[in-house]
Amino acid sequence: MRLTKKTKKTVRTAGFYLSLAGILTITLFPFLWMVLASFKKMVDLLNVDKMFAFTPTIQNYIDVFSKYDFWQPLQNSMLIAVLSTMLALLFGLPASYVIAREKMSGFSAVILVIRIIPAISFLVPWYILFNRLRLTGTYTSLVLVHLLVALPMIVWIMIPFFETMPRELEEASWMDGCSHMGTFVKILLPLASPAVLTATILSFIFSWNNFIFALILCTNDTRTLPTAVFQFMSYTDVDWACLMAAAVIITIPILLISVFLQKYIITGMTAGAVKG
Amino acid sequence: MFKWIDRHIKWVFTIPTVSIILFLVVFPLAYTFFISFFDWGMSGNAQMKFVGLDNYRYLFASERFWEAVGRTFLFSAVGIGIEGILGVALALYLNREFKGKNMVKTAFLLPMVATPVAVGLVWRLIYEPSIGIANQICMWLGVGRQPWLGALDMALWALLIVDIWQWTPMVMLVVLAGATALPLDVLESAQVDGAGKWQLVRNIILPLLRPAILTALLLRMIDILKTFDLIYSTTQGGPGYATETLNILSYREAFEYFKFGRASATLVVFFLTVFLIAIVFIKFKNKVEVEY
Repeated sequence: MRLTKKTKKTVRTAGFYLSLAGILTITLFPFLWMVLASFKKMVDLLNVDKMFAFTPTIQNYIDVFSKYDFWQPLQNSMLIAVLSTMLALLFGLPASYVIAREKMSGFSAVILVIRIIPAISFLVPWYILFNRLRLTGTYTSLVLVHLLVALPMIVWIMIPFFETMPRELEEASWMDGCSHMGTFVKILLPLASPAVLTATILSFIFSWNNFIFALILCTNDTRTLPTAVFQFMSYTDVDWACLMAAAVIITIPILLISVFLQKYIITGMTAGAVKG
Repeated sequence: MFKWIDRHIKWVFTIPTVSIILFLVVFPLAYTFFISFFDWGMSGNAQMKFVGLDNYRYLFASERFWEAVGRTFLFSAVGIGIEGILGVALALYLNREFKGKNMVKTAFLLPMVATPVAVGLVWRLIYEPSIGIANQICMWLGVGRQPWLGALDMALWALLIVDIWQWTPMVMLVVLAGATALPLDVLESAQVDGAGKWQLVRNIILPLLRPAILTALLLRMIDILKTFDLIYSTTQGGPGYATETLNILSYREAFEYFKFGRASATLVVFFLTVFLIAIVFIKFKNKVEVEY
């Protein structure tokens, strides 16, 4: 039997979607597993026969907050990520504008070098310095350190954007008697808002996800979520169900951002790829 | 006052950022280099003692260091290789219009943006020898239980699987972004000329995508050499030293043994290595891009 062109096409489309479903299953499976485990009682989790069939419980989520006090780290993470992102925007936006306009291309190289440096080579000196200044474990030290994640990222994303903005815009505004500062705030920034949003999101995500800095520099009161979850694993008799509930809680904000603002994250992640 | 700011806007805008970066970057680097010539533990009032190149001598004579070097390169090379091939293949495969493309992209975004520690923990549960699903799948397939993260000769490969799962999407998304920007008329005229599908990919699409692919690989290379969160949140370098890469080794020397001098020497060597590889790669990338 000879297949008609149309059936051939249908079969091909079906094949495409089928293989796509397979790839997506692999990609999403660990997340599905995390969510499933977070709703299981410990007994069910230990029982291999109840991998998919079990009675869900929200006890783990309650325990995470009541037994293991997750509020403090949650607040800390939020505070540190928001503050460091805001500070990075405050410093980074004007700087990237001037760098783009003055064509200080050497600066992009500096930022690439920052990316290359292993985080631990910052940690040893900072640890010593903050110890001397008696800043270890303070919010100040953590925000400062997270600023280092956020600032280069913002500058990296914003420079190419400002470079493509026509100079005539600001020149016209200066002619109208608007100050340099006013032009930047009232004219350029609103036009740059998609890029600013991209930079903000990425800087927030990377600060929220950061593990290694807080691991060394935080104290019990200032620890962030990733550190809290990690420590939680090392000193309890691995309470997997609660641990997974905690993992879900950390991941949810990132998940929501990704689902609703996917376009901006992809632009940011692939920034520099198109430009080289 | 405002007038003054406005006249010197160039400096007002850049000096804070430049000084923050100097303070947070240059100072630590210089300091790391400096203490790599000293013997210094943070214990109590221990004095810093100048030891010249002793830390470096110790390092190069240490078997543990060389094993960590080997492991770092093995992990990175295999990881980049597989992620590169899979990522490019996936990008070519998804480079078409279809329903739900945006949702698919979001799904691929998740492994790379999800909090690494959370990802590490989930995979620890998946690899758990008695209750993990990995072994359950092995049983179904009839291959028997595997020790995964628990075995000296398997742990690094188990982590490599996680890294590939997590970062292939990044290569894919960067290459896909490049593919979307390809000039359509070139492709169409090639098709009109009767080029087969495979020829089209090999002779036209792949060469055009070279800049995007090389950028993706460069970013991956810088990051995979420094992999920390994944390893530390799952095995902390163990069992034994089985997953101890250079980054983990320097972390342990600094914050488990508090040997800051030795840790700094390791870091200097590590940084220079990554830096050199990146420079060579960028040079190569620029050369290739000029040719096309």
